[in-house]
Amino acid sequence: MGIFDYFKSKSEPSSASVAKDRLQIIVAHERSKRKQPDYLPQMQQEIIDVIRKYVKVGSEDVQIQLENIEDCSILEVNVTLPDN
Amino acid sequence: MKRPSGDTALAKIIVVTSGKGGVGKTTSSAAIGTGIALKGFKTVIIDFDVGLRNLDLIMGCERRVVYDFVNVINKEATLTQALIKDKRTKDLFILPASQTRDKDALTQEGVQGVLEELAKDFDYIICDSPAGIEKGAQMALYFADAAIVVTNPEVSSVRDSDRILGILQSKSRRAEEGKEPIEEHLLLTRYHPERVALGEMLSVSDVEDILAIPLLGVIPESEAVLKASNQGTPVILDTESAAGLAYMDAVDRLMGEERPLRFLDVQKKGFFKRLLGG
Ligand SMILES: Nc1ncnc2c1ncn2[C@@H]1O[C@H](COP(=O)(O)OP(=O)(O)OP(=O)(O)O)[C@@H](O)[C@H]1O
Ligand SMILES: [Mg+2]
Repeated sequence: MGIFDYFKSKSEPSSASVAKDRLQIIVAHERSKRKQPDYLPQMQQEIIDVIRKYVKVGSEDVQIQLENIEDCSILEVNVTLPDN
Repeated sequence: MKRPSGDTALAKIIVVTSGKGGVGKTTSSAAIGTGIALKGFKTVIIDFDVGLRNLDLIMGCERRVVYDFVNVINKEATLTQALIKDKRTKDLFILPASQTRDKDALTQEGVQGVLEELAKDFDYIICDSPAGIEKGAQMALYFADAAIVVTNPEVSSVRDSDRILGILQSKSRRAEEGKEPIEEHLLLTRYHPERVALGEMLSVSDVEDILAIPLLGVIPESEAVLKASNQGTPVILDTESAAGLAYMDAVDRLMGEERPLRFLDVQKKGFFKRLLGG
C-alpha cells in the first residue's frame, strides 16, 4: 500500500465509485425511458391539459410514469392539488 | 478455413461503434479486422466515416486510395476497383470512406447493395462507424449481425455506449424485422490499471455492471498505439506490445476461444512508484 492509499482509506468514497453510482442511476433511467411507447409524451401532455381545464396546477405538479413490472404495465398519474 | 456462417454465401457483418468520438473505433477496427484476416478469413474493413476518412492512414494505405465507398454506391467505380488489398496481411481488404462533405452520400439501398456484393466473396465485413448516434452511425450499424461497442472507462463514454446499445436494439435491421438481436460485445479501451487501482478510474467490473453486456476484451492505454498509427501499421501486428496482444486475445474470444484477461494489473516498478501508491 502506498502513502496515498493510507490517506485515502479514511476519506470519502473514491471518485470512481461516485462515477459508477451516478452512471447506474442515469443508465437505468434512460433505459426505462427507451422502453416507453412513442405515444407517451403526447399522452402525458394531453392528460396534463385535461387536468388543467378543471384545476389550476403547474406542469411540475403532474407526474406521469409508465412502469413495467414483469409483464404488467402500470400508468401512474400523480397530481398535487393546490391548497384551498 | 471455413466460412463463419457455414456453406451459405453469407458474411458476418460486425460494426465497431461507440456513440462518443475518439474512443478508439478506428484503431480497433484496423486491429480486429487484421486479426480476423490473420486467422485465414477473407475480411474487408469499411470506413463509414464520410468526410473524415482515417482508416486508410491507420492501415497505411492512404496513398493507394483511388475510388471510395460512395463512388461504388454511385456506380462511378466497381467494387474491385475501389477495394484496396492490404500489403502485409493476406485475405485483408479496405474500402475507404469518401471525402465528400455530403453527409447524405450513403443511402440505405446503396449500402445494402455494396454489403450484399461483398457478402458473396468475404467471410467478415467490419464496419468502422463514425462517432455520434445519428444518421451516419445508424447507417454503419443497420445491417450488422454483431456489434463491438468501444468504451473508455469514463462517464460520458459509458453513457454514450448505452445509448448506442439502445439504437442497436431498436433501429437496426434485425430489430426492425424482429430477427434475432445483434450480438453485443463490450471492448474497453484506453484502460489505465494504475488509475483504477487509485480509485480514479472506473474498473472493468464497474463498466460491466453498468452496461451488462459480455466483455470481449480490455485494451490498456499504450504508447504502442500512437507509434503504430504514426507508421500506418495496425497495432495488433506489434506483438511486443500489451495493446497488440490484448487485441489478439479479443479476436480469439470473438472466434469463441477462451482467453483469460491480462494487462489489468499494476506494473510494480520499484520503490518510488510503490511509495506513491502505483
Ligand atoms: N489503447 C490506446 N492507447 C493509447 N492511445 C489510444 C488507444 N486507443 C486509441 N488511442 C488513441 O486515441 C485516439 C482516437 O482513436 P481512434 O481514431 O481510433 O478513435 P475513433 O473512435 O475512431 O475516433 P472518431 O470518433 O473520431 O472516429 C487516437 O489518437 C489513438 O491513437
Ligand atoms: Mg474513427
